[in-house]
Amino acid sequence: MALVEIRDVYKSFQRDTQRIDVFSGITLDVDAGAFLALMGPSGSGKSTLLNLIAGLDRPTKGEVRVAGSVVSAMSPGELASWRARHIGFVFQQFNLLPVLTAYQNVELPLLLTRLSKREREERVKLALGVVGLDDRMSHYPRQLSGGQEQRVSIARAIVADPTVILLDEPTGQLDGKSSQEVLALLRRLNTEFKKTIVIVTHDAHAAEQATTVLHLEKGDLIRGSAVPSLRASESAGLGVAR
Amino acid sequence: MKFLPLVLANLGRHKRRTILTITSVALALFLFASLQTVVTTIASASKFGSARRLVATNATGIVFTLPIAYANRLQAVKGVEGVTWANWFGGRYGDGRRFFATFAIEPKSYLDLYPEMVVPAEQKEAFIRERTGALVGKRLMEVFGWKLGQNVTLQGTIFPGDWTFTIRGVYTPTNPAIGDDAFMFHHDYMEERLNRPGIAGWYILRIERPDAAPTIAKTIDDQFRNSPYPTKTGTEQAFNASFATMWGNVSLLMGTIGMAVVFAILLVTANAMMMGARERTREVAVLKTIGFGDRTLFGMVMLEAGVIAITGAVLGLGGAKLLYKSTHFNGGGFLPGFDVAPSTLALGSAVTLVLMLASGLVPAVRAARLPVVSALRQVG
Repeated sequence: MALVEIRDVYKSFQRDTQRIDVFSGITLDVDAGAFLALMGPSGSGKSTLLNLIAGLDRPTKGEVRVAGSVVSAMSPGELASWRARHIGFVFQQFNLLPVLTAYQNVELPLLLTRLSKREREERVKLALGVVGLDDRMSHYPRQLSGGQEQRVSIARAIVADPTVILLDEPTGQLDGKSSQEVLALLRRLNTEFKKTIVIVTHDAHAAEQATTVLHLEKGDLIRGSAVPSLRASESAGLGVAR
Repeated sequence: MKFLPLVLANLGRHKRRTILTITSVALALFLFASLQTVVTTIASASKFGSARRLVATNATGIVFTLPIAYANRLQAVKGVEGVTWANWFGGRYGDGRRFFATFAIEPKSYLDLYPEMVVPAEQKEAFIRERTGALVGKRLMEVFGWKLGQNVTLQGTIFPGDWTFTIRGVYTPTNPAIGDDAFMFHHDYMEERLNRPGIAGWYILRIERPDAAPTIAKTIDDQFRNSPYPTKTGTEQAFNASFATMWGNVSLLMGTIGMAVVFAILLVTANAMMMGARERTREVAVLKTIGFGDRTLFGMVMLEAGVIAITGAVLGLGGAKLLYKSTHFNGGGFLPGFDVAPSTLALGSAVTLVLMLASGLVPAVRAARLPVVSALRQVG
């Protein structure tokens, strides 16, 4: 059974009097341990798909299931606690809280758990160690480079050991070198720590790190063909229908 | 409690704004406590009075005097145990900027009728013995740095001239409503200097039984009804309360101003809280993405409002309590026993709670209901 199951999902938005259909019956399976890159032009629904998986948005129709839980049927309260346990989210603009240090930012998801202060400290240090920033714990976001900020953001996403890590254009604000560092880190998280990763990107280099690439065109999923590593998608157990 | 560092960090985001908001709350509650204390002090003074003491004044008004000759006739009324009298003198000392009450009293009977004024026995005796002796409140002694045995010259405002007295006694009141900054001297000395006009400002009578007060008061007033100086007799408490009624509208005004100030500050605080919440729309959306629930975010914003309101309350209410206690403020003698009462602190705490709820509720609900996707899209 796939870790993420999207079944016949419809999603439409109402803008004034106009109804905009983003998805009209999309279906997608992502197996545990997959590294999926979603590419496509602006407005194709990449971020919407990510939001649906994270339970930040609800489908108009259809079902989104993650790790056996029907995300699309949960109440707001259930969704919040579910997200805390199962989802690690990384934004294009890092979105670290400027008033908190790197350590405190990474600790945020753990505040929602029953872990003791000591346990939280161990987990935060481990996560910051994984992203190579254990020497920047007491730094505030303004004291970090863009690449370092994004790595702190990734540490925050992995610290609670979520089921899936979702990244929305994680290299969109970074220079080439920082992008490479972040992508290498994601690759390592996937291969070494067996994390399931779904990344939305415009960046072909970023997509190259994924084991599977899918293109979204006007709400339709199309198997990627330009990325050599796409062949790995078959073995990763990715299923696409539409 | 584990969210407290996050709440405090948010408050530290705009330190100046937070400090100004807390200062506003503190000032508002300081003013509230001060004005409310004026009201409670006046009310407390109006309640002071022994059930066994009556006061007889000129029926026309307190500013009119009564003949000193009434003393014997009052003493003869059935049920009256003791009589004393006093006059408002209106003296001032030095530049006169520090007001204090000055009374000419009949020393022996006055101290006999007022056991609430504690005077060491030898000082009491010395004061009674010396015609130009003065009995001074403990606080007034401290204010002017006077010493026992010192000669003090007052300038008379009602009875002009320089009046020199020797301080022979210092009294300490057991009831704060009496006040500890009055200046008293021999009524007989005043009579002598004024060529014996034979006047008393008011009489105080101790009666045997409190339940006989209405009958005795009626007997006295009936006795002098057709004289050139008719009396108005009542309990000491009623006499004091009549002064309080003069403050009546002032009390209402004080209370109204106090509430208006608090309401104005409520709007300022609410505005600051909402501004802070609006600026953090993106961060609230991020926290929701991480898994912070609506209730948690609601609680965090309310906690922020609570920290501001409670810190302001501790500074404002606590500051008022400590300030008035340590400086012995008494409104220039008009508000003896001026001290922030526990009831005022309790009322101030209730106002703080309302302030916290009213200023935090809107931003807290807004944070809890924030739709994540549109919030991220808006600011992203």
